[in-house]
Amino acid sequence: MPYPEPIQEFIENLSFLEDRADRVQALIELSKSYQPAQHEKPYPAENRVPGCESEVYTWVSLNDGALDIQIVVDNPQGLSAMALAALLSEALQGKSPKTAATLDGELVFALFGRELSMGKSLGLTNLVQQVKAQSLKLA
Amino acid sequence: MKINQNYDMSSSIQSRDYAHPEYLVDTDWVAEHLNDPNVIFVESNEDPLLYASGHIPGAFEVDWTLDLNDPLIRDYLNKDGFEKLMSRIGAGPRSKIVFYGDKNNWWACYAFWVFQLFGHTNTAIMDGGRVKWIKENRPLTTDKSTAESTNYPAQTRDDSHLRAFRDEVLELVKKQGQLVDVRSPEEYSGERMHMPDYPNEGALRGGHIPGAKSVPWAKAINPDDGTFKSMEELRELYEVSQGLKSSEPTIAYCRIGERSSHTWFVLKYLLGHSNVKNYDGSWTEWGNSVGLPIEK
Repeated sequence: MPYPEPIQEFIENLSFLEDRADRVQALIELSKSYQPAQHEKPYPAENRVPGCESEVYTWVSLNDGALDIQIVVDNPQGLSAMALAALLSEALQGKSPKTAATLDGELVFALFGRELSMGKSLGLTNLVQQVKAQSLKLA
Repeated sequence: MKINQNYDMSSSIQSRDYAHPEYLVDTDWVAEHLNDPNVIFVESNEDPLLYASGHIPGAFEVDWTLDLNDPLIRDYLNKDGFEKLMSRIGAGPRSKIVFYGDKNNWWACYAFWVFQLFGHTNTAIMDGGRVKWIKENRPLTTDKSTAESTNYPAQTRDDSHLRAFRDEVLELVKKQGQLVDVRSPEEYSGERMHMPDYPNEGALRGGHIPGAKSVPWAKAINPDDGTFKSMEELRELYEVSQGLKSSEPTIAYCRIGERSSHTWFVLKYLLGHSNVKNYDGSWTEWGNSVGLPIEK
């Protein structure tokens, strides 16, 4: 089953880029669209994405039956986490909670490739899984 | 080829009384040597987007998977691969290679360690890594670095002095020798670190190697600027608190050997311990192997 439209579209566009450097550049541009959520520090431990070295926190709630996705990447060097956060927010914000049902860990490899470190892939995958779990809990 | 040109060491480093200060440079030193043809800067990161988003002018990216690992065997590149890598970054046998990167230099230390396996010892780490350079508003560029390719005559990789394998670790366990687990306290204790229904860090079991001391790698770092702690603080951390003896064989490990290369650097070059090895098989090997003991 395909991912939500903005994610599917981004992955398809990436697939046209054969040069790794061009793919990296596309992901850097995506990371620039990341909008940090406005939450006061210290962030609650229960919102922290486990295993993510970049210290990422997620909040998912319902607003008139539509998802409100908020993500903080508490690391200015966490560009990959920012890129993924931007894409997840774009895909899910204002949508039905069930929209998150097709998200899975493979999304991380589809975006960043297979050459990620184990720690990096674990953290990014957990970000996807956490947003998915928080969304589906509201379905 | 055992060279470490001892030229104009960083003054801020010298004052810290490390055992081998020539293996560490500060950001001032780097800024002064940006155009030094004998110095090559190498950025190694965990985050694959960082280098392309901006790097020290002239620095080359060395990626741990694409450049340092064998694609088919769980092992590092061979002599031919190292010669090609050194040729790509324009390095000769006497080039000084200065590593820096994200995560307080843990990946930089990993790349540094691999270079030592090939006997290229004219190397250093930039104290504070990428974050310190950026915090000091020093120049970054997105320009692709290029170099005239070189004919680098590499040595055959020699793992014997710096790299530990499973059987050697087991022997050290039996002798109740010095092992340092540099992972987080949660990983050391075996507490789950993953999302429910998602595989746990590539290992079947959680816990640590019997007898290993828990000293998370980041304790060696000043959190404010990512620089290494002073000699006195490091001695307190490893030798006083944990009782590690500088003359005894020591093996550091983590999950795949990247964080432990950071601790390996601290123990070997900053504290001057004489026999320190990095166990890159680490928990992904030990935690999965049949017949190996663990502690929780």
